[in-house]
Amino acid sequence: MNATTGNTEADRKAGLEQPILAAENLKKYFPLGGSFFRSQTAYVKGVDDVSFDVRKGETLGIVGESGCGKSTTARVLIRLLTPDSGVVRINGKVVGAPDGISVRDMRRRVQMVFQDSYASLNPRLTIEDSVTFGLRANGVPKKAALEKAHEILGLVGLEPDLFAQRYSHEISGGQRQRVNIARALALSPEVVILDEAVSALDKSVEAQVLNLLQDLKQSLDLTYVFISHDLNVVQYVSDRVMVMYLGKSIEIGPVEDIYARPLHPYTRGLLASRLPMDPRRRVQSAPVTGDPPNPVNPPSGCRFRTRCAWAEHVCAQREPQLTEARGAHRVACHAHIPGSGHSGPAKWEGVDAD
Amino acid sequence: MNTPTSTQAAASGSDIPRARISRSFWHSVARRLSRDPVTIACTTVLLVIALVAVFAPVIAPYDPYKTSILVRLAPMGHPDHLLGTDELGRDLLTRLIYGARTSLFMGFAPILLATLIGGTLGIVAGYAGGATNMIIMRTIDVFYAFPSVLLAVAISGVLGAGIFNSLVSLTLVFIPSLARVGESVTTQVRNQDFVVAARATGASDWQIIRGHVLSNVVGPVMIYASSLVSVAIVLASGLSFLGLGIVPPEAEWGSMLSTLRPAIYIAPMNAILPGIMIFVTSMCANLISDGLRTAMDVKV
Repeated sequence: MNATTGNTEADRKAGLEQPILAAENLKKYFPLGGSFFRSQTAYVKGVDDVSFDVRKGETLGIVGESGCGKSTTARVLIRLLTPDSGVVRINGKVVGAPDGISVRDMRRRVQMVFQDSYASLNPRLTIEDSVTFGLRANGVPKKAALEKAHEILGLVGLEPDLFAQRYSHEISGGQRQRVNIARALALSPEVVILDEAVSALDKSVEAQVLNLLQDLKQSLDLTYVFISHDLNVVQYVSDRVMVMYLGKSIEIGPVEDIYARPLHPYTRGLLASRLPMDPRRRVQSAPVTGDPPNPVNPPSGCRFRTRCAWAEHVCAQREPQLTEARGAHRVACHAHIPGSGHSGPAKWEGVDAD
Repeated sequence: MNTPTSTQAAASGSDIPRARISRSFWHSVARRLSRDPVTIACTTVLLVIALVAVFAPVIAPYDPYKTSILVRLAPMGHPDHLLGTDELGRDLLTRLIYGARTSLFMGFAPILLATLIGGTLGIVAGYAGGATNMIIMRTIDVFYAFPSVLLAVAISGVLGAGIFNSLVSLTLVFIPSLARVGESVTTQVRNQDFVVAARATGASDWQIIRGHVLSNVVGPVMIYASSLVSVAIVLASGLSFLGLGIVPPEAEWGSMLSTLRPAIYIAPMNAILPGIMIFVTSMCANLISDGLRTAMDVKV
């Protein structure tokens, strides 16, 4: 991707069409075993060639099992990790490129909420100090920063008079996560990345925080990237969903489409593994067996083939690319790519079609 | 701590309009310290010694250098000399008072300097990580190869005796351990999510260190430093005892102990007095350090 030409082209078609956040061929490899005396020989392919768009005002859900690269993707998006290759665009402008948008400016527009509400607040700072820190760091005068912090605390449902002066150990987990949301919102971002933001909360508190997030999205005109391993929560909040497996994006599409008619065998397995509401229809056998392969040395061709019931010769030969299957619904599976040499998807019992 | 209960009462809908209960972390540490009788007592003792040292010329009954061949090693309770005299007939009370000046200085100044230098090195190494960390910490490890007393003696031996050289050698001795404490705490803090979140707001490294790292590192470093004050006093006295620290006739508890040593069979009480002062002072410093640790051990 040539940054310069890409930029001008993006500028030309600026408007509603343009994604507010776009990842293009992102790669992040973590060197293994390298030290002062030994050269690095192996890499964990944390994120391997992942591309996606986030449109203004939508919620993109990212799901996948542990270690599939969801959080790494988030950290690369906000440049807490530098991608090894690929670019991130904000409103068409390449992050970190000389003619694009600086990392510092990007961070004012993209903020993140972390999973561990406790670890993400400094135990030595009061809540208002935690919320104002980002504002002060960006040069907002103290008084204005405090006013803004109190306003945001009110927005997330924490009465500033009661909570502003407290410390993180003096409030509950749900309240702490509200503070983290307030901290992320203090800089008036356009995009908020929620990395397992509700996963550590009790179910009842989780529901409250999810509703709060939905309200804030409406009132503040936000765009969310919602990362979770919880399929039900992702279904509830997302407009579109991306499924990741072993550092790859394997399926992406509108939420109803993915949940009602999943195409990739892994997505089908994931959805089938959910506990059904009806106990008579409980899952009899594990839809996907085995552990994910070692990300240092992933299988050749399709990375899922070692656990896939449909695997055929072609799956070991070539890596399937994300291909349009049904309109906006794209999948990386040879069985759904016409002319790939695969005999086609088998009948699947685990998930209802429609 | 019954403040949380009062806030909960306020939160559960009573008419209390405001609940400004929380205060800064240091405020609560100070409050807890002020309720600890041992810390209060020790602080008082140290303060008295410090005040006496400051006002030595006013308080001391005699000239600390004035010798008298007639009243050598006068016992305690001598009509002219309350605590007796030393081997040259100098008033012991006066010498102890003047000695407090140098001894207290040698106890606190090297620790203060070493905390500033070592703490900074540790925070830089811990926050930067990677090659910077390795260069700083491996250099500091070299100092660990030598026992601290031996190191102090060696450095003082090279630099020569005198108060300034002792200050330098003691500071050098304490830098490595303080740097190591600073480094290990900073490394822990650096990887916490709140530092990552602070980075995500676009804050600079300096802003993050000031706003998030220092507040978490200062505590442990301070506790450790305060426990070293007594070591510094004893070590400084040790240097003087060996003739590598304060040069006679200047009064210093360690060197007084050294010069009175031959008299221990003749006038044991006189010879022990400087030792008692060293003991009391370092004991107080240690107990204050313990109190500080307890007060800072907040459930956070």
